[in-house]
Amino acid sequence: MSIDIRGVNKSFGDFAALTDINLAIPSGKITALLGPSGGGKTTLLRIVAGLENADSGTVSIEGADTTNVPARKRNIGFVFQHYAVFKHLTVAGNVGFGLSIRHRPKDEIAAKVNELLELVHLEQFADRLPSQLSGGQRQRMALARALAIQPALLLLDEPFGALDAKVRKELREWLRELHDKMHVTTVFVTHDQEEALEVADNVVVINSGTVEQVGPPATLYDEPASPFVMGFLGEVTTLGGQLIRPHDIVIHTDPRPGALAGTIVRAQRVGFEARLHVRPEGAAADGSSDVLVNLTRTFARSLGLHEGEQVWLEPEDGATTLPAAGVSASGRPAPVLGSPRREGEDVAGSLTSKDVAGSLTDCRCDYAPGSVRLHGSGCWLA
Amino acid sequence: MKWALRIFVILYVGLLVIWPVYLVGQRTFEGGWSGIVTALTSPEVLHGLRLTLVATFWSVLFNLVFGVGISLLLVRKEFRGKGVLSVLLDLPMSVSPVVVGLALMLVYAPDTVVGRFLYGAGYQIIFATPGIVLATTFVALPLVIREVVPVLQEIGDDQEVAAQSLGATPWQSFWRVTLPGIKWAVIYGVVLTLARSLGEFGAVKVVSGNVSLQTQTATLVVQDTYQNFQPETAYTLSLVLIILAIACITVVSILRPRKARKAA
Ligand SMILES: Nc1ncnc2c1ncn2[C@@H]1O[C@H](COP(=O)(O)OP(=O)(O)OP(=O)(O)O)[C@@H](O)[C@H]1O
Ligand SMILES: [Mg+2]
Repeated sequence: MSIDIRGVNKSFGDFAALTDINLAIPSGKITALLGPSGGGKTTLLRIVAGLENADSGTVSIEGADTTNVPARKRNIGFVFQHYAVFKHLTVAGNVGFGLSIRHRPKDEIAAKVNELLELVHLEQFADRLPSQLSGGQRQRMALARALAIQPALLLLDEPFGALDAKVRKELREWLRELHDKMHVTTVFVTHDQEEALEVADNVVVINSGTVEQVGPPATLYDEPASPFVMGFLGEVTTLGGQLIRPHDIVIHTDPRPGALAGTIVRAQRVGFEARLHVRPEGAAADGSSDVLVNLTRTFARSLGLHEGEQVWLEPEDGATTLPAAGVSASGRPAPVLGSPRREGEDVAGSLTSKDVAGSLTDCRCDYAPGSVRLHGSGCWLA
Repeated sequence: MKWALRIFVILYVGLLVIWPVYLVGQRTFEGGWSGIVTALTSPEVLHGLRLTLVATFWSVLFNLVFGVGISLLLVRKEFRGKGVLSVLLDLPMSVSPVVVGLALMLVYAPDTVVGRFLYGAGYQIIFATPGIVLATTFVALPLVIREVVPVLQEIGDDQEVAAQSLGATPWQSFWRVTLPGIKWAVIYGVVLTLARSLGEFGAVKVVSGNVSLQTQTATLVVQDTYQNFQPETAYTLSLVLIILAIACITVVSILRPRKARKAA
C-alpha cells in the first residue's frame, strides 16, 4: 500500500512541527523515518494514521485521499512509542482487541491470537497482564496487536526505543524477517542511524520538521545531500575545509604532497577502534579544529602511532566529502558558519530551529522562544 | 511527647466520634428489642427510609452518569469556559446545603416561572419527591467528578488512541478501555455519593417542606421524632443511618488500598 504525502504542514500553537512535507512511501517496503528527537517523526506518523489532523496538505493511501477518513477506518496498524498497552487486558485480550470489537466469533479470535503470539514468541504469556511482561515482550505484544487487524500498512514509532542494545539488534533482525514473510508496507521511526541503515529499504531523514533527504541506505551514506544528513548517519570531522568521515582519512607517518600535517594530541581506544585527535600545524590550541581519525587498532599499532607524534592526513580515494561551509542543513546557503558552538551555550536572539544548521557529532538543541540552547560539541549556526 | 500525642488523639476522636456514637447505640437498646422493632416499624420511619432510598438511588444514578460524562469532558476536551465549569462543579460542596436548598427554591418553587411551567405540565418539584431528588443530587454532584478526573488525567489518552487505531468507535473505546481504567475511581465516587446522599439534611429540609409521611426523609424523621418527644425512635433511626454510613466507609477502605496499589 503506497502512501503519498503532499504539502503537509502542522503547527502546535506557533511552533511549526512539520513544514511542507512531500514524501512518497513505496508499497511493500520497509521505510525508516530517521531524525533527531523533536524533529516531527511521531507527528508525521500520527497524521498518516489519522490520529492527528494536518493543518494543510493531503495524505493519500493507495491513491485515495484520506483527509476525511477517521483513524478507525484506515486499517493501519500502529505501534506506539510508549506501547499504549491495554493495562486491564491480558496479553491475549490485547492482541485480540481489534478482532473482538469487530465482533468476530470467539474461536476465530482465539485461533488468530494464538497464531500471532507464536509469531512474536509470546505463546506462553497469553494469560499474563502486560505489567508482568518485560519491555521487549510488551513491545512484541504491541506489534502482534497491530498485526491482528491485518493492516494494509504498519506504522511503528520507535519500536525498539526503550530496549537494550542486544535485544534491539535481535528484534531488528526479527522485524526484517517478519516483513519478508508478510510483505506489509512498513514505516518505522528511529533516531538510531544503524537501525535505519540495517533494516530499511528506504530511509527518510527528517530534521526540524522538514525532509532532509530520501533514498536507499547506501545512497544516503555515500551521497548525503547535506552536512546534517552526513553527520546524522555517522561521525563526521573536518579535514582541510571538507566534511569527511573519520574512517575515510588515510594517515601517513611521512610527509606526502597535498597531505595535511599535524600532531596526534590524543589517542583513545574504543573497542576494536583507535580514535586519534590530530591537531593541524598552526591550529588553535583549544581543539576546535582538531581532526578526528578512526582506524583499526591493529593498523594503528602496526604504524606505531602514539600521542605527540607528527602525522600527515589525506582523504581516502573516493571518500564521501562535503564542503564544510557549503550549505546549511536546511538546504539554504549558509551565510557564514559560526564557529562550532560550545556545550550548554545560550544563543539569545530571534533564532528558530531552522537557524541551527546541524550537527557534526552529537548536537542537541532545546528551543525556547528567543533562545536556542545547544548541548554536545558539534552544533553550529547557519 | 509520643504519649501526649496519643492521648490527645484518643481524647479527640473519643469525645467527637466514639462517645457520641456509643451513646446513640446505648440509647437505642435501652428500650430493648421490642422498642427497636416498634420504632423501626412505625409508618414515619418506614416512609422516611423509603424516601431516602429513592432519593439516594436517583442521586447516585444521575451523579454516576453525569459525573463520568463531565469528567471526560473536562479532561479530554478543550473548550471555552472550562475553568469556570470546574469551579462551578465544586460549588455544591463548598456552599452550605441550606443555601443550596434556598437557591433551588428560587428556581423551582410553584410561584416562579419555571415552577409554574412545570406545575402546569403536571410536575411538582418543590415540596415533592422530585425536589428532594434534585437537592440530594445537587449536594453530591462533585464527588464522582473529583474521584474520576485525576485518574483520567493520570492514565492519559494513549490507550484510547490505540483503541481507535485498532478500529474501535468512541463508544467501544469508552466501554472497553476508558471505563475499565477508571473503574475503581468510579466505584469510590459512587460509594461517597451514596454516603453523602443518605445523610443529606439541610437542602432537603428546605425544598421538601418537611411534611410527615409525605416529604420527610430519614434524616428529617430523626429530627422530627426527637423534637416530638419520641427519642427512642430518633435514636434507632440514627443507628440505622450510622450503620449504613459505616458500611459505606468499610467498602471504601477495602477499595482504597486496591486503588493505591493500582496507581503504584
Ligand atoms: N500535542 C502537542 N502539542 C504541542 N507540541 C507538540 C505536540 N506534539 C508534538 N509537539 C512538538 O512537536 C515537535 C515534534 O514532535 P514529535 O513528537 O513529532 O517529535 P519526534 O520526532 O517524534 O521526537 P522523538 O524522537 O523525541 O520522539 C516537538 O518539538 C514537540 O514538542
Ligand atoms: Mg516520537
